[in-house]
Amino acid sequence: MVVFAFFAVQSETFRSPRGIANWLDPASTLGIMAVAVALLMIGGHFDLSAGVLVGTTALTVGVVATQLRQNLWVAIGVALLLALAIGFVNGWLVTRTGLPSFIITLATFLMLQGLNLGLTKLFTGTVTVGGIDDVPGYAAAEWVFASRVGVLGAEVRVAVLWWLLFTALATWVLLRTRFGNWVFATGGDDVAARNVGVPARRTTIALFMTTAGAAWFVGTTLAVRLTSVQANTGIGQELIYIVAAVIGGCLLTGGFGSAIGASLGALIFGMTQLGIPYLRWDADWFYFFLGAMLLLAVLTNRLVRRYAEAARR
Amino acid sequence: MTRPPTTPLLELRDVGKDYGSVTALDGISTTVRAGEVTCVLGDNGAGKSTLIKVLSGVHRPDRGRLLLDGEPVTFGSPREALDAGIATVFQDLAMIPLMAVWRNFFLGAEPTKGWGPFRRFDAGRAKDVTRRELAAMGIDIRDPDQPVGTLSGGERQSVAIARAVHFGARVLILDEPTSALGVKQAGVVLRYVAQARDRGVGVVLITHNPHHAHPVGDRFLVLNRGRSLGEFAKADIGRDELIRLMAGGAELDALAHELERPGG
Ligand SMILES: Nc1ncnc2c1ncn2[C@@H]1O[C@H](COP(=O)(O)OP(=O)(O)OP(=O)(O)O)[C@@H](O)[C@H]1O
Ligand SMILES: [Mg+2]
Repeated sequence: MVVFAFFAVQSETFRSPRGIANWLDPASTLGIMAVAVALLMIGGHFDLSAGVLVGTTALTVGVVATQLRQNLWVAIGVALLLALAIGFVNGWLVTRTGLPSFIITLATFLMLQGLNLGLTKLFTGTVTVGGIDDVPGYAAAEWVFASRVGVLGAEVRVAVLWWLLFTALATWVLLRTRFGNWVFATGGDDVAARNVGVPARRTTIALFMTTAGAAWFVGTTLAVRLTSVQANTGIGQELIYIVAAVIGGCLLTGGFGSAIGASLGALIFGMTQLGIPYLRWDADWFYFFLGAMLLLAVLTNRLVRRYAEAARR
Repeated sequence: MTRPPTTPLLELRDVGKDYGSVTALDGISTTVRAGEVTCVLGDNGAGKSTLIKVLSGVHRPDRGRLLLDGEPVTFGSPREALDAGIATVFQDLAMIPLMAVWRNFFLGAEPTKGWGPFRRFDAGRAKDVTRRELAAMGIDIRDPDQPVGTLSGGERQSVAIARAVHFGARVLILDEPTSALGVKQAGVVLRYVAQARDRGVGVVLITHNPHHAHPVGDRFLVLNRGRSLGEFAKADIGRDELIRLMAGGAELDALAHELERPGG
């Protein structure tokens, strides 16, 4: 709210419906990822491979469709299977070895980064996959992943609607289902959770697969929207997802947070990213602002934890 | 009074458990029978918690066998033990501090309503049952939505006990359940233990308090450094002898002597 008011007061364009549609756009793809990453963080883990996996899935869609000459929907299906498999491997390794997910997914991150570049070069001879719009099935895929819808006199990308849907779904799952209860418990104390019968391992693996599934969705959206994909897509984004989730109230130690909070974090991010150029400030200020928000958020979160835990111990 | 010789609910035969090079349990045999209270006694570090972790599926024994209704079983996880009707109050209570009381109460056994993809956690019922079960224990939780971490130690222990009593259909295992409780609540817990026993539940009770153990216990298993010092039926052991055994016998006499006022 404060962020919105700040930019809205100073820039006419920022508060116009078109302006809003503009900054909702980066917020939406980031928001879809931030919601999934927030679930994972509530469950007590990080996924550093989430950003590069967006690139991996986008590239897979491109390569399977244009180089292996498949229908675009087949390519999208292959990318989904690949993403879920990678998510499963991440989760399985973390639960099997008991190593910090930070390290395991850092390894996945590096490996995928290498594979993205290496395989793209191998298939196309360059570092981009293009021509995705020439493939059969493109029209339907464009409708699902990259169309525009009129809302209140402005055109927003359909990803914004997906984002709202995923946020609502994640909130419902967290607060109103057994699985949601298990997510909080696994992140809060996985030994205690297991001792009262929570399938903590399966919960963790499912969370890693959810993050991977979100990466697939965003990767596909990018591939269909841009029709060509760079081999370095998504790299560096993984930290932004975590920042959005933390700004939204997720504890780094797990066991606390919300999907709506993560979405708000993504929203703040989108506003700032586009708001700063509107004010004709230098883009460098963006990162300063982001850092300040993050610091503020972790300090607030610390108070939450104090209230609930340190009072009696 | 004689009981018909029934198959024990749970039986340990020559069970041993190691933590790396530390032998926490060795050659322990005991039985848990329906309608009986087995008390496990011993010093700190004697292996009592390890024993109940074997019974409740947290640890698998390294040696020996575990029998359920006379059949050998291995519990792969606490979930499997719970599904067999074995509920446990762990010494560390196994509760999630940041989660609401009612969420903790039903953790792992959440009631649901609806079907298919719309199957959801029946929060209304969970809150009702939680409030009712806690009130029955004499614990008045102001707000079941409050995080467990904000409860007092005794309140937290009461929630864990109420939860185990609610879910422990056949065997109820309590690891030092009264250590943080006031006299009144401790009395309630002992009454619960007696009620569960009378319902035909097999109870395993760990306590350092012989005044709690002796009245409710039917059998007493005394552990020392992971080994059994023997298992005694109530008829064979008086309270004073029990106190002596628990405190390491002769050591207590020496201590009593030492603590007496000089020239008193
Ligand atoms: N997870 C573990 N890893 C390694 N050693 C352990 C572990 N748990 C217990 N031990 C060791 O096993 C022995 C028995 O521990 P246990 O917790 O069963 O004792 P206890 O009888 O319950 O003691 P207390 O009365 O203090 O609760 C101790 O020497 C302890 O140090
Ligand atoms: Mg113990």
